Amino acid sequence: MDSRTSFEDFYSIESAFSSSSRRSNFSVQSKASGGNSIREVNFGDLGTKPVRYGSHGADSETYSISMSQKEINDEDARLVQINDPVQTNERFEFSGNSIRTGKYSILTFLPRNLFEQFHRVAYIYFLLIAVLNQLPQLAVFGRGASILPLAFVLLVTAVKDAYEDYRRHRSDRIENNRLASVLVDDQFQEKKWKNIQVGEIIKIYANETIPCDMVLLSTSDPTGVAYVQTINLDGESNLKTRYAKQETLMKIPENDKVIGLIKCEKPNRNIYGFQANMEVDGKQLSLGPSNIILRGCELKNTAWAVGVAVYAGRETKAMLNSSGAPSKRSRLETHMNLEIIFLSLFLIALCTVVSICAAVWLRRHRKQLDYLPFYRRKEFSDGEEENYNYYGWGLEICFTFLMSVIVFQIMIPISLYISMELVRVGQAYFMIRDTQMYDESSNSRFQCRALNINEDLGQIKYVFSDKTGTLTENKMEFQCASIWGVDYSGGNAISLDQNDGYFVKVDGKVLRPKMKVRTDPELLQFARNRKETQEGSHVYDFFLALAACNTIVPLIVDTPDPTVKLIDYQGESPDEQALVYAAASYGFMLIERTSGHIVIDIQGERQRFNVFGLHEFDSDRKRMSVILGFPDRSVKVFVKGADTSIFSVIDRSMDMKVIRTTEAHLHSYSSLGLRTLVVGMRELSTSEFKQWHSTFEAASTALIGRASLLRKVANNIENNLHILGASGIEDKLQQGVPEAIESLRTAGIKVWVLTGDKQETAISIGYSSKLLTSKMTQIIINSKSMESCRKSLEDAIIMSKKPTTTSAISGTTNNTGGTSGAGSTPIALIMDGTSLVYILDSELEERLFQLSCNCSVVLCCRVAPLQKAGIVSLVKKRTADMTLAIGDGANDVSMIQMADVGVGISGQEGRQAVMASDFAMGQFRFLVPLLLVHGHWNYQRMGYMILYNFYRNAVFVLVLFWYVLFTSFTLTTAITEWSSVLYSVIYTALPTIVVGILDKDLSRRTLLKYPQLYRAGQNQECYNKKLFWITMIDTFWQSAVAFFIPLLAYWGSTIDTSSIGDLWTLAVVILVNLHLAMDVNRWNWLTHAAIWGSIIATFICVMVIDALPFLVGYWAIFEIAKTGLFWLCLLAIIVAALIPRFVVKALYQLYAPCDVQIAREAEKFRTLCESGAVEIEMNSILEVPRR
Amino acid sequence: MDTNGATTSSAAGGGSTSKSSSKKHSRKPVYSRFTQQELPACKPILTPGLVIATFTIIGIIFIPLGLVSLSASEKVVEIVDRYDESCVPSDYSNDKLKFIQNPSINKSCVRTLTVPKLMKSPVFIYYQLDNYYQNHRRYVKSRSDKQLRSVSDEKSTKDCSPEDKTVDGPIVPCGLVAWSLFNDTYGFSVNSKTIEVNKHDIAWKSDKEHKFGSNVYPKNFQSGGLIGGAKLNSSVPLSKQEDLMVWMRTAALPTFRKLYGKIEQDLQANEKIQVVIQNNYNTYSFSGKKKLVLSTTSWIGGKNDFLGIAYIIVGGLCLFLAVCFILLYVIKPRPLGDPSYLSWNRSPAGHPN
Repeated sequence: MDSRTSFEDFYSIESAFSSSSRRSNFSVQSKASGGNSIREVNFGDLGTKPVRYGSHGADSETYSISMSQKEINDEDARLVQINDPVQTNERFEFSGNSIRTGKYSILTFLPRNLFEQFHRVAYIYFLLIAVLNQLPQLAVFGRGASILPLAFVLLVTAVKDAYEDYRRHRSDRIENNRLASVLVDDQFQEKKWKNIQVGEIIKIYANETIPCDMVLLSTSDPTGVAYVQTINLDGESNLKTRYAKQETLMKIPENDKVIGLIKCEKPNRNIYGFQANMEVDGKQLSLGPSNIILRGCELKNTAWAVGVAVYAGRETKAMLNSSGAPSKRSRLETHMNLEIIFLSLFLIALCTVVSICAAVWLRRHRKQLDYLPFYRRKEFSDGEEENYNYYGWGLEICFTFLMSVIVFQIMIPISLYISMELVRVGQAYFMIRDTQMYDESSNSRFQCRALNINEDLGQIKYVFSDKTGTLTENKMEFQCASIWGVDYSGGNAISLDQNDGYFVKVDGKVLRPKMKVRTDPELLQFARNRKETQEGSHVYDFFLALAACNTIVPLIVDTPDPTVKLIDYQGESPDEQALVYAAASYGFMLIERTSGHIVIDIQGERQRFNVFGLHEFDSDRKRMSVILGFPDRSVKVFVKGADTSIFSVIDRSMDMKVIRTTEAHLHSYSSLGLRTLVVGMRELSTSEFKQWHSTFEAASTALIGRASLLRKVANNIENNLHILGASGIEDKLQQGVPEAIESLRTAGIKVWVLTGDKQETAISIGYSSKLLTSKMTQIIINSKSMESCRKSLEDAIIMSKKPTTTSAISGTTNNTGGTSGAGSTPIALIMDGTSLVYILDSELEERLFQLSCNCSVVLCCRVAPLQKAGIVSLVKKRTADMTLAIGDGANDVSMIQMADVGVGISGQEGRQAVMASDFAMGQFRFLVPLLLVHGHWNYQRMGYMILYNFYRNAVFVLVLFWYVLFTSFTLTTAITEWSSVLYSVIYTALPTIVVGILDKDLSRRTLLKYPQLYRAGQNQECYNKKLFWITMIDTFWQSAVAFFIPLLAYWGSTIDTSSIGDLWTLAVVILVNLHLAMDVNRWNWLTHAAIWGSIIATFICVMVIDALPFLVGYWAIFEIAKTGLFWLCLLAIIVAALIPRFVVKALYQLYAPCDVQIAREAEKFRTLCESGAVEIEMNSILEVPRR
Repeated sequence: MDTNGATTSSAAGGGSTSKSSSKKHSRKPVYSRFTQQELPACKPILTPGLVIATFTIIGIIFIPLGLVSLSASEKVVEIVDRYDESCVPSDYSNDKLKFIQNPSINKSCVRTLTVPKLMKSPVFIYYQLDNYYQNHRRYVKSRSDKQLRSVSDEKSTKDCSPEDKTVDGPIVPCGLVAWSLFNDTYGFSVNSKTIEVNKHDIAWKSDKEHKFGSNVYPKNFQSGGLIGGAKLNSSVPLSKQEDLMVWMRTAALPTFRKLYGKIEQDLQANEKIQVVIQNNYNTYSFSGKKKLVLSTTSWIGGKNDFLGIAYIIVGGLCLFLAVCFILLYVIKPRPLGDPSYLSWNRSPAGHPN
């Protein structure tokens, strides 16, 4: 599975060879290494490890060989005595099988949870301020008031964590108490999962979940095959085959005691690798990943399986792999941090001003301080004169500074972090709920796996896309074949229901393949005629090869009609499935597969073929082969593989014409965008077979260097082949892909396609997906050396800078692009993996980047997984632009994690890409609503919210600051401490969150109609330094108005502190909420409720606070609200404070409108005349009718 | 968030009844206007008309309001007399502190005020202190509101230092605020006929009823080493000590007035009022000013032109802006929502792709 996924796009063909069968450990080693290479990236080593992106798969291959050669040292091994848990656990104390995913117990909850919460810097700042406030000299707020906000946030988070943990505990309990039958005293008895120990023998029945990682001993199948479904582990729903060793197969644990020792690796998280030796009856056996079944998998299609537990509980691979989603930080937040630093400096400046003024004041009044009625330094209470609460003016200044930090603490908007998280949760909720991003075919909703980069979706400049499974459906369909030099591709003309497909009758029951394939009538005729003609015999061999040379497992499935059964081909490679279905349609139906033989129904006649050996696909050979023993005792080897790999091993002396025509056909197939495979065959002589057989046996049981030995064996047998033919498989384009790419390109997003396919296939898919157009000039770079690479890059750069010249061609290029000349011709850059080997990680990277800047399309073919990540990092390192990678397979994992935003397609290829991604969805075309609509909204909302929150807190702090200047710099606050605390919690918190979640500057329609509007995010229009400073100037003005109007109006009057404090509180809250209201783009009832509700809530809160007789300001609000002056002040403040903002906003919107603004106006005033056109366009992208 | 959650569940709940039966296991998000972010909404746009109208309306409202408040402020008749300097005998003028701290010197001082205009009753008597930071942090914190309310909390004086307790027990009312109670007194007479000063109902009703206890009596007040100001009659409960209540509503700003009493008779224009001031309160130590203020009142409060002027300025500015926007609109109109103004339509050459 791993190899296929990791190298799937490496060369288009390879995927056809990968398979689940692990009979020979030959391939398994390479697969394990494939898995390793992904894992390396997966676990975040990219930053620290010098990974060479340019390298081919060869590196990992050699690595895997060395892996297999490595003997397991005793120190690195775990020794498991089969069926002797007591002795096994005596020395090592392996962990039991009970699992604990819960983080806390009742005792550890409080300390651990607090510890985890305080990992956030913001909370530590909060805490420091609260602690400072506890010092009696610095106590600005009452102790309760200063602790309250922190306590509240901590409590909410703690309750949330506790609830989540409770759910985990509950599921743990259910899991731990499940029952499994375990061999105790030579009898299988029910035992709870948590009591299972390493070394015990466990019997699993069909459809049961496997309780721990176990080495298979025997199964109900006489050949020792067991099928498992790994959906819980990696999300792949197809069945995988696992094998018990021949030596243990016949033992029945109840009767004859199995005694043995398994020496295996220490527990690790590589689910695709396993290394062990088993000693049974004095024989050394080696075990690989195909001999182990893992916790969480389900046994399918097998009546029972017996195994010995080797890893249990938290040491199982499933548990070791259960790690959370990767965390990324949003670009906006990174930018925001700079502004936070500005604000901190500003805070320090305010505090410094206050302390300096206080110092001056103290110095000037130093002679009077003792008796100053409002200072009274002297205290006489104990009879003797002493200084009361005075520590010398140096220290007093220090205290003043710290106190002002406490008073002005909300200058740093701590609440912003909490609001941002809430807003992101809300945005994620809407993204998940969007019906237009729901994929009906896979029944999957949009998934938000990373919660903190929502707004990055609105700033994407580069999209890196995988091809197979992302642009295309990865549902392979057999289209045409070239057999013995004859092209059969006429199948499309014939309708499917002509014959109702091919079927066989067995015991009166009809058996037919689950999927129907269009057939070519002529070819069908040949297939039916068997070996009567020469063509017939070639066709026979060809289809036999397709049916036999694979690792597909046929499954018989019942249908509602009892007389009809369907045969379902389970396999990991969609290409192989397509080929087997095709073979079945032509009358070569694979019925049964066991480890020793296969049964193929050929034109209604069942034939059994012995399978002597199978050399699985590996990325080095790029082919696979099977050695079949025919009923007539002849032995043939069938090979299928990539064209290059097969043509290098065919017998060139024969059939030159056939080879040439096949090559021509291959070229035309790949130009049509088909994936091609070549099939070859050779008959083995008895001596040849015997020689092969002995070396194969020796190699597959070798303990050291098994992989390389098996490869050698395979290379020896796979030569001098006759060519049989080639097949063309269509990988259909997903719905709406061309429109989606068009939209993204209009939006100013550069789309790069990175694929493992052949160049011709890639280009043709490029045309069909409208990535490439005939207007484009193509630059093609296929170089075989560093020097030629450099030269072609330089030529290309020169060419790309002179758009009018004819397109220069380098390497093996051919100019298919039109040279229209006029204006700037868009340029498409096409290059292959071999060139990338020379470019990545060398000084040529810079050149490539320059070149790609001038290109509107970049298409990379034959790219290895790590090269994909390399290309992403090439762009990411050199620009500040946001990158997004989208892919569906394990080969895209490295790219997904490298990019700023990783999107996984939950498609055919398992869930590894989804697991590594930040967002997951069902179809490529959902990228359009995701970026253009949700991304735009999220960015605009978040950008505004951050600015607003800065403003909101700064206004309040500045009002406090102004007042301090009139209290002889002693940090008295007229606004009650409760209002200060509630300000960012109740008074102003909700509106910004509601607006941050719900406000929309433009409707979905407009955004989709004018993808160009997306550039607002790319150009950082909603949050930038200029806006920050403008906001800060506005803040300054507003705070001054809010403070000085009451000050001047009440100067020299009887006003008391509490009353004017209430006036300031209300003025600031109303001001801040109206400021928000002024910027709201869309008023729905929730916005109304939040904004007006907050103002009302503030009034209520202020009244409640003033109704408490033990507070200083008792009844103040009611007294002051009786006066007309109060209301006049309030009105004057609000109007005078907002006028400048209103004027600037109006001028800007009317005379320097941004695109968003014009679109908003158009939306409002011109909806009627254009709505029809929008409808059509929308449909084409979003509501492509289902087929 | 709560709003969201609630709405969500209701939306989901409402939709599920109809849909779940038809299609099971579909994870298709239930359509609702809320989840699709298509709630009916009003989309305000700043059109020139709206901008001009806003400014005009503000101008139209603000200028009359300003005129009304200005005239209200003009109607207020106010007599302000600074007496802290002139009430110190000339031989102490170099050392005022010595004068004020010497209890044996007679502090009375007679001032004559002329009524400029008819002052309709009630005429409010204020004392005004300048440069007196009643909002100083040490000062405002030095009080115990609990203690003022009930006898049982008599001992809660921890915030009151340095005036928290004496050797005889806790001070009631404790703290610097009460300790520094203003103690100048004024006696008024016109043509040697005494004018009654009504000192009732000068404090807030709420203070009398709830904040200052009717069974709390002053204790150990002003008995320490340093006398800060007025003494209180220890047989009168705090709820009747209205001067204390007024004083303890600490002023917001360093220049403030406090109500001393009311004269409930009209004062005729050009009448000469004799004021006998007991100049006891020490503001000389920090060069604070003391003023006596007689003032009538209007709906806007005391005499203060600021707000009226501010309203007129803001209103005028708004009208001016309205005119500007009208001119701009006439000179350089822009059709709203015209796609030809979109950046990519204006300069197709700048098309990045």
